[in-house]
Amino acid sequence: MPQFQIVVCGSIVPDPLQTLEPVTGPAGPSLKNELMLPAVLDPWAGHALYEAANLARNHPGSKVYLVSAAPKAKLQQVMMTVGQKAPFELVAIDASASGFTEAADVAALLAGAIAAIPGLDRSRLLVFGGWESASRGAGVTMQMVGERLGIAEQFLAVDQLTVGEDGTLEVLERIEGGSHQISSCQGAPAVFGWATGNLPEPRNNPQVGMQNMRAIMPALQKAKPASTGVPSFVSVSLPKQQRETRVVKDLTPDEVAREIVAWIGEN
Amino acid sequence: MDRILVLLHTDADGVLSKTALEVLSAANALGGEFVVGLCGRDVQAAADSIAGCGASRLLAVSGDTFGESRYATDAAAAEALCRAAGAGLILAPASVRWARALPGVAHRLAGVIDTHVTSISMEDGAPRVGRWYYRQRIEAALTRTKRPWIVVLESGCAPAWQGEAGRVVLESVEVANAATRTRVLGVHSPKANEQTIRPDAALLFVAGAGWTKKQADGQPHVDVAGELILGFLRNSAASLGSSKSLVDLSGEGQAVLPFLTHMNQVGQTGSTPRHPKGLATCCHGEEPHVVGWRFINDRRAVNLDANCGWARGKADVVYVADAFAVMARVNEILKTRSAAT
Repeated sequence: MPQFQIVVCGSIVPDPLQTLEPVTGPAGPSLKNELMLPAVLDPWAGHALYEAANLARNHPGSKVYLVSAAPKAKLQQVMMTVGQKAPFELVAIDASASGFTEAADVAALLAGAIAAIPGLDRSRLLVFGGWESASRGAGVTMQMVGERLGIAEQFLAVDQLTVGEDGTLEVLERIEGGSHQISSCQGAPAVFGWATGNLPEPRNNPQVGMQNMRAIMPALQKAKPASTGVPSFVSVSLPKQQRETRVVKDLTPDEVAREIVAWIGEN
Repeated sequence: MDRILVLLHTDADGVLSKTALEVLSAANALGGEFVVGLCGRDVQAAADSIAGCGASRLLAVSGDTFGESRYATDAAAAEALCRAAGAGLILAPASVRWARALPGVAHRLAGVIDTHVTSISMEDGAPRVGRWYYRQRIEAALTRTKRPWIVVLESGCAPAWQGEAGRVVLESVEVANAATRTRVLGVHSPKANEQTIRPDAALLFVAGAGWTKKQADGQPHVDVAGELILGFLRNSAASLGSSKSLVDLSGEGQAVLPFLTHMNQVGQTGSTPRHPKGLATCCHGEEPHVVGWRFINDRRAVNLDANCGWARGKADVVYVADAFAVMARVNEILKTRSAAT
């Protein structure tokens, strides 16, 4: 049975329920009170982590690393929860997690950190991450990480990965119109930008959390500060989204239905 | 003024997509000279279909290898086309193929890339693009001095190009290294009568978790909900979206609306589809969901709660009504009309 070294790239994003407001400073745009906002592991990176943990569990001898570029104080908070979800070894980079940073710079940091993992065996390397982040939302970082690591077998919007006995990787990628493309790759190394996959979020496991935290704290202490650039922003603003909502309370279901059907038929 | 490359690929049937034709229009609108680069199994027919587009050159990478959507071969083809064109600004449609391959191409060319771009214009002689951050919650305009600059345009940025077809002479471009360890085995699509995601539909119909909740009689009626929703999709040809909560219920193994998957999910951790109209039912219109509605122009909702999120400036019309009763009647009306025609 093949064994893998699975490196998951994933950062943190503001909790989706938080109200976000952009501010612009000398270093470019950022979020107002960014360091005060509650953060979570980027959702698609989270799916990638859970898929990685599941793959490692089913392939004994495999190991999962989580490489994360984020402010280490915020990362520590998020790791208190994420560390209970699945066994992994954290590789932390003390850098901005802002969506306004340059993706290529983030990719360079991640690829450098992956390449520096002691004992990394590229012939068994699977690089996982979200297909895009919930911050920049560009969907470009994983491909650039792959290029920097010299990996040309890359898959984006992955929902399923099946490993054959011979190490062959069968991959389902989302394509247009709600379909999946099925591909077969002759084993590692490969890069996977995950969509949601098929696994639910694991329940917190305090035992896993305690095991992880023994290594997470030293990893955070070792995290080296790194900087990233930003593109030339001309403007950054909240959308003007308020609509004049007409609330219709006094129609029967039949009347509502007729109004909806008429509306659907309008050009 | 940058030299522009419009980077396109043919679809499986050998034609150019609507989004590809929109990018052609966008390039025309920027003014100046542009080159078209085409990738696909056989691109002559596609090239002929845009003979009158105004491109100064048409470059092509073609062959069986390039007929399939795959990172290694697509990136190699795009890289070769970009180098052959020598363009400073590269415009491409937001297809799955280019979304997967072009970020790597930007790295190979030592350039930069912006994806999910929703507008592009020339300001003071320089291109400026608009895109969204934090899942469509913050809008930004930006420009860049580094070249080449790859700009991947979302659909709807410009009207689809229309013009004369003709016979064009393609310049074939050699691809240095398209080696790959990946084989494309095929495409898994839902059966035609199970198809619920229709990107070109005029209407997005979103089902919220309320469809699975207890109704007035104290019981949930998930089977009825499923029939009503699928019936509406059949009668209206709408595309089906869902809130995260409803999709998550499916993932947790509960017997709810089995035709829903994460691919239907709209919002913060789902998709941001583009349809002229959207109808939300049994969905509360909370912010993480509504960010996925950024590109839905005309929005209506049916909800029992007059104070739901939709009523607070997020929808144009909110009907305070029982969605079960309303959609049953909508289906009856649509079915009657369909039978009459």
